[in-house]
Amino acid sequence: MRLDVKKTYKLFIAGKFPRSESGRSYQVKDSKANHVANVALASRKDVRDAVQAARAAQPGWAGASAYNRGQVLYRIAEMLEGRREQFVSEISSLTGKTQKQADAEVSAAIDSWVWHAGWTDKIDSVAGSMNPVAGPYFNISTNQPTGVVGAFAPQGSALVGFVNTIAPAIVSGNTVVVVTSEHLSLPALTLGEVLATSDLPGGVVNVLSGKEAELSSWLVGHMDVNAVDLEGTSNPTELEISAANTVKRVIRPGTYPREGAKGNLQHILDLMEVKTVWHPKGH
Amino acid sequence: MFDYAPAPEAKLASFQKSYGHFIGGKFTKPANLYPTINPATEEVLAQISHGTAKDVDLAVKAARSSFEKVWGKLSGAERGKYLYRIARIMQERARELAVAETLNNGKPIKETRDFDVPTAVSWFFYYAGWADKLDHAGLGHNPQALGVAAQVVPWNFPLMMLAWKIAPALAAGNTIVLKPSETTPLSALLFAEICQQAELPEGVVNIVTGFGDTGAALVGHKDVNKVAFTGSTEVGKIIAKQVAGSNKKVTLELGGKAANIVFDDAPIDQAIEGVINGIFFNQGHVCCAGSRLLIQESIHDEFIKKLKRRMNTLRLGNPMDKNTDVGAINSADQLAKIKKLVKKGVSEGGELWQPECKIPRNGFWFAPAIVDNVSPANTVAREEIFGPVLSVITFRTPAEAVTKANNTEYGLSAGIWTEKGSKMLKLADQLNAGVIWSNTFNQFDPTSPFGGFKESGYGREGGRQGLLSYLKAGK
Repeated sequence: MRLDVKKTYKLFIAGKFPRSESGRSYQVKDSKANHVANVALASRKDVRDAVQAARAAQPGWAGASAYNRGQVLYRIAEMLEGRREQFVSEISSLTGKTQKQADAEVSAAIDSWVWHAGWTDKIDSVAGSMNPVAGPYFNISTNQPTGVVGAFAPQGSALVGFVNTIAPAIVSGNTVVVVTSEHLSLPALTLGEVLATSDLPGGVVNVLSGKEAELSSWLVGHMDVNAVDLEGTSNPTELEISAANTVKRVIRPGTYPREGAKGNLQHILDLMEVKTVWHPKGH
Repeated sequence: MFDYAPAPEAKLASFQKSYGHFIGGKFTKPANLYPTINPATEEVLAQISHGTAKDVDLAVKAARSSFEKVWGKLSGAERGKYLYRIARIMQERARELAVAETLNNGKPIKETRDFDVPTAVSWFFYYAGWADKLDHAGLGHNPQALGVAAQVVPWNFPLMMLAWKIAPALAAGNTIVLKPSETTPLSALLFAEICQQAELPEGVVNIVTGFGDTGAALVGHKDVNKVAFTGSTEVGKIIAKQVAGSNKKVTLELGGKAANIVFDDAPIDQAIEGVINGIFFNQGHVCCAGSRLLIQESIHDEFIKKLKRRMNTLRLGNPMDKNTDVGAINSADQLAKIKKLVKKGVSEGGELWQPECKIPRNGFWFAPAIVDNVSPANTVAREEIFGPVLSVITFRTPAEAVTKANNTEYGLSAGIWTEKGSKMLKLADQLNAGVIWSNTFNQFDPTSPFGGFKESGYGREGGRQGLLSYLKAGK
């Protein structure tokens, strides 16, 4: 008989897989309440490290061509497809979904990456504009990423909800610090391994597993975060008030569905800024 | 100058002895054969089937059947995934495609490797992403594919033109019969193999090789819903007449006689490079080539001197050599046309200058040329030469530059060289051309619409607008 080798589930920060700085962990159980793994329990310091990594990675990621970002996102879909079985097994173990249901969830997650990949170089063609101002001026409005996004993945979704939380943020050139579902965190942490092998620069996506109620005030209150997605939080109103201190852009829970094989353009635009450029015309 | 060892890469592409058409996912038995050659050596590369009206009919039937039974029923997301697959396989086989294109076309390997193939790939990537986003194309909810698209592409960028045609058409949900140019069919036939590797459903893409009569049979086929043509204005007019009165939607991307306008306040060294690139890129076989240099009179002498010095450094020769700047002219016919037009331009008062360069013994070659002191009425100021020949015209004021630039039946592109942004933007408003490049030239991107005004054609390729060429509003 051979004993199988179990994986240690760790955080994903700045392209590396550290344990929590706090040294803490918590137990993740399957749908029948059996022990599955001890997972890193992220702390306030981990939030700060992750925001720092996200900020450092943001100019480079936003500065990559839209074409390049699209290919990286498509590469994530390719890598995820190749590890389908692992995700199916984690999802069905944690949620009690049948293999078939879990398989469908992985398919939706992959297809959503493909859907998002196609948007990188189309956002401005659809949502930008040339403005016919009443004067001799060239006037054009483009969309730019807002910066660093703090996000809370839905608590009830193991994979596809997590994907539909990070993809709309990074597609345009934002970087993200995302807190996973507390009890369904394993697929999100495993997705970090997919991201790490998809040519996605380190720090573009930073994944923290733990308790949203403990982390949310630190992430939402962080001065260097530009927008927050409160989907997976339990006290969104309080957090929205805190976000107002630095005029963060806020996505309230329930605004966008997170279970589908595609996202929503408005969701992408909520995490972007319109920039208008004027220039005179004349000889 | 140094000599270079021949590049070993010719072995990277190998061709079959003969090719049939690609119809319904399979290659037909080769028939009615003609040779396709390497224009740099005149060596025969393969035997190609000259398609008949019957071949065209079979291909259109295959496309129709696949449109009705398979492709038209597939979701946009699934169509998109096929396009992503094609893009990936083209990336995987990029060097092979580049070598094949250079062998069959005569253009330098550095261009096929760094421009033609990557640009073709980017078109597939870009339109792959559109397939599941057609509601955002601008035609309202649930726009519809047109049906079977007949596409005829030229020899100057064989694979890239194929990509510009096929990618948006498939993303929009159409099926395709494409005819490559008679002189450059090989990259299209390699593309057919790529469709097989991508497991693209049978009949979605069909490729019929042949000459003008094959193209005419395709364009005129009664079961075709869309005609897309890139080529000469002369043939474009014939096609426009041929489809008159039908329900076929048409896009035409035709000839050009672009003005490359250089002001005295331009960044001169950059402008020299831009003018060189504008006319000598791809031996000037470019519909949007900057074939008319409009130079402000005050800097004419200095600019022409620098231009000649730069032209002296261009390397003409073996297209498989990575250091070659100017490759072979694509065919004997094209070479004869260039020679005839240049001769006429000189007889009408133009002053011809060409750098000294060694012309290879075999193949078709024309040394880069400028014709100075050209009057607006000169043949080389009016007719598209489609070769490495730059006509030089002077102007004094911006208004005169605009008048002279617009004094042509064409309207595909224009270049403006000045450091003054406001002047550039005003000029851009006034020029009658579909693409304006400022302080750059010959830039192409799948996100950016390309196409002409006036007799340079209608419809656009690239960008969201390029999608509209293959869609109609939903009911």
